[in-house]
Amino acid sequence: MSDRILEKLSILADAAKYDVSCSSSGSKRTNEGGLGNAEGMGICHAYTEDGRCVSLLKILLTNQCVFDCAYCVSRKSNDVRRAAFTVREVVDLTINFYRRNYIEGLFLSSGIFSSPDITMERLVRIARTLRREENFHGYIHLKTIPGASDELLREAGLYADRLSVNIEMPTKESLALLAPDKKQEDVLRPMAFLNESIQASRDEARSLKTAPLFVPAGQSTQMVIGATPENDWQILKLSDGFYRKLNLKRVYYSGYVPISNDNRLPAIGTPVPMVRENRLYQADWLMRRYNFTVDELVTPADPFLDMQIDPKLQWALRNMHLFPVDINTADLETIQRIPGIGLQSARRIWEARKFRKLTWEHLKSFRIAANRARHFITLQGDGPRKDLTPLQIRSHILAGAHSKYTANHSPQLPLF
Amino acid sequence: MQAVLYDGSWYGFMAAVFDVYDYRFTDVSVCPADRFNGHLFSEPHRVYTDEKKAKRVAAGLLNKISEDASAQLYRCFLSGDAAIEETLLAYIRYALSSGPSVESDFSHPAVIKVTQIAKKVWREQHRMEAFVRFQKTADGLFYAIIEPDHDVLPLIAKHFKNRYADQRWLIYDARRRYGLSHEDGGVSFIEVSFAEGSTSARDVAHVYDASEDLYQKLWKQYMTSVNIAARKNLRLQVQHMPRRYWKYMPEIGG
Repeated sequence: MSDRILEKLSILADAAKYDVSCSSSGSKRTNEGGLGNAEGMGICHAYTEDGRCVSLLKILLTNQCVFDCAYCVSRKSNDVRRAAFTVREVVDLTINFYRRNYIEGLFLSSGIFSSPDITMERLVRIARTLRREENFHGYIHLKTIPGASDELLREAGLYADRLSVNIEMPTKESLALLAPDKKQEDVLRPMAFLNESIQASRDEARSLKTAPLFVPAGQSTQMVIGATPENDWQILKLSDGFYRKLNLKRVYYSGYVPISNDNRLPAIGTPVPMVRENRLYQADWLMRRYNFTVDELVTPADPFLDMQIDPKLQWALRNMHLFPVDINTADLETIQRIPGIGLQSARRIWEARKFRKLTWEHLKSFRIAANRARHFITLQGDGPRKDLTPLQIRSHILAGAHSKYTANHSPQLPLF
Repeated sequence: MQAVLYDGSWYGFMAAVFDVYDYRFTDVSVCPADRFNGHLFSEPHRVYTDEKKAKRVAAGLLNKISEDASAQLYRCFLSGDAAIEETLLAYIRYALSSGPSVESDFSHPAVIKVTQIAKKVWREQHRMEAFVRFQKTADGLFYAIIEPDHDVLPLIAKHFKNRYADQRWLIYDARRRYGLSHEDGGVSFIEVSFAEGSTSARDVAHVYDASEDLYQKLWKQYMTSVNIAARKNLRLQVQHMPRRYWKYMPEIGG
C-alpha cells in the first residue's frame, strides 16, 4: 500500500512540476472550527534544490491524457509511466501534509483522461470532499479544464480559492503548431466566464454580507517561454490584456525545460531561459505595482528586454530627460520610478522628508541600491555627473554590480 | 552612567522606562539584571516589575504612536539583540517628547533602527510559520521543535491557533527551553525541562504515530519529485531557507 502511494506521488508530482504557479496568497478564507485557513499572505513552506518555493501540494490527479501537446511530458504519445490517484488518496495526502505544516493547501491539476466534464467533475469532487467532509479551510487551487460545463466551473468556484487555465503559448499560431488538440478560444472562454462570475459575486458580496466566497484569490494563467519565437513585447502585451480585460491576478512565465526530441522544439540540453524568465517577471511586476505600461518597457521596434540590466533601469536610460529627480521635492510616483529605489524605500523617503531634508546618509540607511540610484537623483543641489551618456552609465552600473546582476533565477517574485 | 536593571521581561522593561522618567535619569543604561557586568562608580537601580507602571507607559505611548508602531517595539524587544534597550529607549524618548506622531520619521536614527530590527524579527516569525514541522505522536499530539534566533514563539501563537484549531499541538523552543501548547481550543506557554544532556527534546521517533514514518517518507518523495534538475540553484535555495533551520525539517536535514 505505502509503496504504491509513494510511486503514484513520485509520478504525479513530477508531472505537475512544470506548472510554476505556487502562490497561496490573496484569499480570505477563515477557519470555521475545523482545519486550516487561507488569509492574506501566502507562505512558502519549503524550497527545492532549484530554489523554487513549495507552498502547495502540487499534483496531477492523473497523467493519462488524450491530448498530444508537444511541450508537455504527459502528452499521449510520450512513453512515460502513467498513474492515477483516487479521491481518497488525494484527500488524505492533503490533510496529513497540512496537519504537519508542510503545505498551505492543494494545487490539483489533471491530464484530460476522458471528456472535459468527467475530468473536471473529479477535481471538483476532491475539493468538495475537502471542504464539506473534512472541514478543511486551507488553500485550494484547481485547474479549469477547457470545455467543462459552466455548472461544474461554478461549483469549482465555490470550493476553490484560485482557478487557473494555462494559455501555454503566446500566439494562436504557436499553439496550433505545438498543441493540435487545443485552441486558444477553449482557454479564453472559461476564463471569461469565470471572470464574469467572479465580478458578479463581488457585487453580490457588497450588497449581501453573507454571500459565499467565489474564487476569492482570483484566476491565473501560465505561458511557456522560449519554446516558440515570440518576442517579449508580444508576451507582455498578452499579459497586459489578461490583467486589464480578464482581471487575472497573476500571469506566470515558465522558461521551457526541454523534455523531448521533437524537432518543433528546442533540443534536449538547451539551457532553460531563466534570465529571460526573470526579466519578464520584473517587467510584469513593474506593470502591476509601478503603473508602467508595456510600451514604456519594450516596443515593437525594440521588442526584447535587455538581459543584463533590469527593465526599470532600461526604461530610465531611455528616458534620461526625466532625470535627475530631486529626492526632497519629487512626488511619490516619480520617486518609485528611480532605478534602485523600490516601493518601500520610496514610501520611506516620502514620509521621512516631511520631518527634515534628506541626505545621502538617510538614503543609505533606507538600503536603496545606491550603485544604480546615484545616477538618477539630486540631493540638496548635489547631483550626478552630467557628461555621461546612457551607455556609459550602463557600463558603470554593470561594473559596480555584484551578484544582483548575475540573474536571480527565482520563478517567484520576491515577497519582500 | 546610571545602570537600570530589570528582570528581562517586556513588562519589566516598560516598568524600567517608567522609572527612567520617574527618577529623571538622563545618562542611563537599561539592561537585564542577569546580563549586568557592573559599573565602576555607581550603584545600579533595580526595577520592580510593576504591571501598573508598565501599563501606564504603554498607554502613554499609544497617545503618541499607533498600535502598529507599538507592536513594532515589542517585536524589536523580542529580537534579544545586545543593547536593544538603548535603541528602544531612544525611540520612546523621541516619541514621547514630540508633537505629531514620529513613527514615520525614518530619517531619525532610532526610528529607522527600530523599523529594521522589527522587520528582521518579523521575517523570522514568518519563517517559523513556514518551517515548523509537526510530528504526530501515538497519543495524537503534533509536536515540533524550533531554535529561532529571536524569541518569536509569542508572535506565532495566534497564527497556529487559528490554523490548527481542531488539533492538539506543541511547539518547543529548544534554545529558550519553553513551549507553546494548544489543547481544547486554548494556547498556553509551558516550561518543559529535559534532563541535562538528554536528547529527548529531539528524539521523539519512539513515540511516533503509526502513520508518521509514511508521511515523512511521502513528503521527502514529494520534495524530490517536484524539483527540476535542469534548474538547479542551491544558492537560491539556501538564501530562502538558511541552513540553520534545516535541523528540524525532515525533507532536508532532520
